[in-house]
Amino acid sequence: MENGTVKIDALDNESGKPLRYWVLNDLIHKAADGGAKHIVVENVLGQRFIGACMEHKDLLLEIHGTPGNDLGVFMSGPRIEVFGNCEDQIGNTMDHGEIVVHGNAWDVTGLAARGGKIFVRGNGGYRIGIHMKAYREAKPVVVYGGGVKEFFGEYMAGGTLVALGMRIGNGSIKDLPPEEVVRGSIGCGMHGGAIYIRGEVSEHQLGVGASIRPFTEEDSRLLKPILEEFSKRFGVPMETIESRGFTKIMPASSRPFGAYYNPRSV
Amino acid sequence: MRFNGDRIVPDHDNCVACQRCAMKCPQGAITIKENEMAFPAHSAYTERIRRIGWEQASTGGVMLSSCGNDLPYRSIFDDLVLDAAQVTNPAIDPLREPIETRCFLGARPDRLDFTETEDEILLDTEMSPGVMLRTPIMIGQMSLGSISYNAQIALFRAAMETGTLVGTGEGGLHSDFYEYGSIINSEVASGRFGINPPYLKKVASLEIKIGQGAKPGHGGHLPGEKTTEMISQTRMIPKGTDALSPYPHHDIYSIEDLQQLIYALKESTRYRVPVGVKVAAVHNVAAIASGMVRAGADFITIDGFRGGTGAAPRIIRDHAGIPLELAIAAVDQRLREEGIRHRATLCAGGSIRYSADLVKALALGADVAMICTPVLIAMGCRVCQQCHRGLCSWGIATQNPTYTQRLDIDVAARRVSNLLYAWNEELREICGAMGIDSVESFVGNRDRLRYLGPNPRIAEILGVKHAGEAWG
Ligand code: SF4
Repeated sequence: MENGTVKIDALDNESGKPLRYWVLNDLIHKAADGGAKHIVVENVLGQRFIGACMEHKDLLLEIHGTPGNDLGVFMSGPRIEVFGNCEDQIGNTMDHGEIVVHGNAWDVTGLAARGGKIFVRGNGGYRIGIHMKAYREAKPVVVYGGGVKEFFGEYMAGGTLVALGMRIGNGSIKDLPPEEVVRGSIGCGMHGGAIYIRGEVSEHQLGVGASIRPFTEEDSRLLKPILEEFSKRFGVPMETIESRGFTKIMPASSRPFGAYYNPRSV
Repeated sequence: MRFNGDRIVPDHDNCVACQRCAMKCPQGAITIKENEMAFPAHSAYTERIRRIGWEQASTGGVMLSSCGNDLPYRSIFDDLVLDAAQVTNPAIDPLREPIETRCFLGARPDRLDFTETEDEILLDTEMSPGVMLRTPIMIGQMSLGSISYNAQIALFRAAMETGTLVGTGEGGLHSDFYEYGSIINSEVASGRFGINPPYLKKVASLEIKIGQGAKPGHGGHLPGEKTTEMISQTRMIPKGTDALSPYPHHDIYSIEDLQQLIYALKESTRYRVPVGVKVAAVHNVAAIASGMVRAGADFITIDGFRGGTGAAPRIIRDHAGIPLELAIAAVDQRLREEGIRHRATLCAGGSIRYSADLVKALALGADVAMICTPVLIAMGCRVCQQCHRGLCSWGIATQNPTYTQRLDIDVAARRVSNLLYAWNEELREICGAMGIDSVESFVGNRDRLRYLGPNPRIAEILGVKHAGEAWG
C-alpha cells in the first residue's frame, strides 16, 4: 500500500480469465477494511456488485474496464470513478456517495436510490432513475451528459434527474439531435422529484402523471451547483451547458391515487 | 359512537364490530347485535354482493379490505386428520422425554466431508449461514406503518423470549429496534423503503418479497395520511407522501434477475446471513419455487390464499391465489423430485390459524410456519377487517396515538409468547403421539396424514391417502 493506494488486478494472471466477482469483491472489501483510501481496480470485465453496501466514507474506488450490473448497490459513502462503460443498475438503492462514469451507463440507473450522486458522461438506456426517492437532506441526483431512452424517471418519488443531450468527445462537444436526447413516457407514474431535460420536450413524450412546468429562477439556482459539478468532472464548460434552456418535468399530483380506493366496509 | 352535546349517540352505520366498547364498558351494559335489516332473500345476490354494488355505484372506487380472505372457501387443513402411534411404534411422552423442536433457517450442504484425526473429527464442508430457531414457528412480515410501534416492539420481545424470528415488513427498521437485530428477518420489497447499510448489516436474515398471499401480483400502498413523522423516518420518505411499492421489483423480470438481487444481498452482507424469497401461492408456484432455489435462495416462503394484509383490493384478497395446503405439497414434492429440497428451508404462511394448521402444514412438507393474524389475535385483534382505515381500536393496526397507547407492550409481548409456547407444546404432543422425537423428522411426513374431505382429487395432489387406507 503506497499512500493508502491499493492496486487490484481483476484479471487472474494464471488462468488469463477475469476473477469471479466474489473473489474480486472480497479483495476490494479487505483493502477498504484495511484502511486503503484509494483502490485502483484494473482489467474489470463484467464483475457485478462492486462496492456493494460499502460505507467507507472517504474511499475512492477507481475502476478501469467495464464493471457488471449493480455497481454501488446499497452503497453509502464511497466515491466510485469508472474509466469505461457500465452495465445496468448502477447505484441500485444507493444511500450516499458518488458514482462518476466516463462512458455510458445503461438501463435502470439509480433504481430506488435515496441519496448520492451519479454523473455519466455518455448515454443511458431505459427506465433511468426509476422509483428514486428523497428524504430530508438525502436527495439523489443523476445527470447524463448524453441522451436517454424511454421511461426516464418512471415512478419517481424524489430527487433530481438531468439529461443534457450532448455528445461529449475528447475535445469536441456537440448537441445531439432532439430525438436522441430523450424518448417517450417520461416520468410515467411520478409523484415526487423533478426531471430536467436540456432542450425542448413535447407533451406527447410525457408519461401518465407527469407534466411540463415553467423553468424558474428557483430551478436554475437548484440546478447550478449540480451542473457545475458535472462540468468539473468531465471538463465541459458551463457556457456550453447553459447555451440551451431546460424543460422541467414535475408530477401533476403528489397523491396520484388519492381517490382511487374505497375504504368503506361492506 | 359520536357526541351530541354531552350525550353519546351510537352511529350504527360506522360500527365495524371491533367490540372495544363492549369489552371495556365498566358496567357491562353494552351488547352488540347484528343489524337485522332484512334484505329481500336471494342466494346468488347475497347481502355482501349487493352492498359492494351500492358502494361502487356511489364512489367508482376499487374496494379496499384487510386481514385475509374471508369468503367461506373450504379449508383443506380441516379435511386432514392425523395419525397416532399404536402398539408397533410406541408413542413418546412429551412431558418426560425429549422431543426436539429446534430447526434451522438456511441452506443445507449436498454432503458433509470430515477429516478424522486421532482424537477428533473435523468438519471440512463449508456451511451456509443459518439461523437456529427454537420452534418451527416464525412471526411473518408486518411493517411499522401497517402495525403500531407498540405492536411491533411487543412482537420483537416475544420472539426474543421464544427464540424465533420476526419479519419487519417493508417498512425499514426504527432505530429503537436495532437492538433486536438478532431476531429480525427483514424484508426487501419493491419500494426498497428503509433499506440502507445499517439495516442490512444488523438483521439475522433477509427476505426478498416478490408476492404476498393476500394480494398476489399487487404492490403496496401506504396512504399519505399514515406516513406520520415516525413512519417517515423508518421508511425514509417525506412525511405525508404516499408510500407506493411498485407491483414488480424493477430489477427482477426473470429467475436470473432474481438471482442477481439474491447475490447483491449476499455480497452486501458478506455472506453472513441467509437470504430468502417470498412468493404468493399461485397456480405455477412449484416451478417458481424451483427457480427460486436454483437462484440461490437459502429459504423460500410460500404465502397462502388466506394470508393477511394491512390493506389490499378486496377483489384480489378474495379471489386470487391458491390454498396454501396445495402449494406446500406441490412445492415440497417438486423440490424433492429435482433433488434440491435440502438447498432451501421451506417456510409456509398465510392460512395457518391455530396449532392444528401448523402441525398439518409441517406434515405436508413445510419446515417452518409463518404466522401473523394469530399473533395479532393474541394481542387483542378482533379480526374486524378494518386495518386499512388506520383506526384500529385495539392499538394494533393504527398510528393514531389515542389508540396506540391502549396497547400495553408488556402484556402484549407476554400474550404472544404464551401463544407461541402453547403451539410449540401442542406440536410436541402430536409428535409424541405419533412416536416421532424430532420436528425435523416430522416435516414432510405425509404418510401420517389422511384425507377426510369431499374431493379425492385434492388428496391426490397433496400426496395424502384417504382415511381408511393403510400403509404401503
Ligand atoms: S388489527 Fe385492529 S383493525 Fe385490524 S382486524 Fe384486528 S382489530 Fe380490526
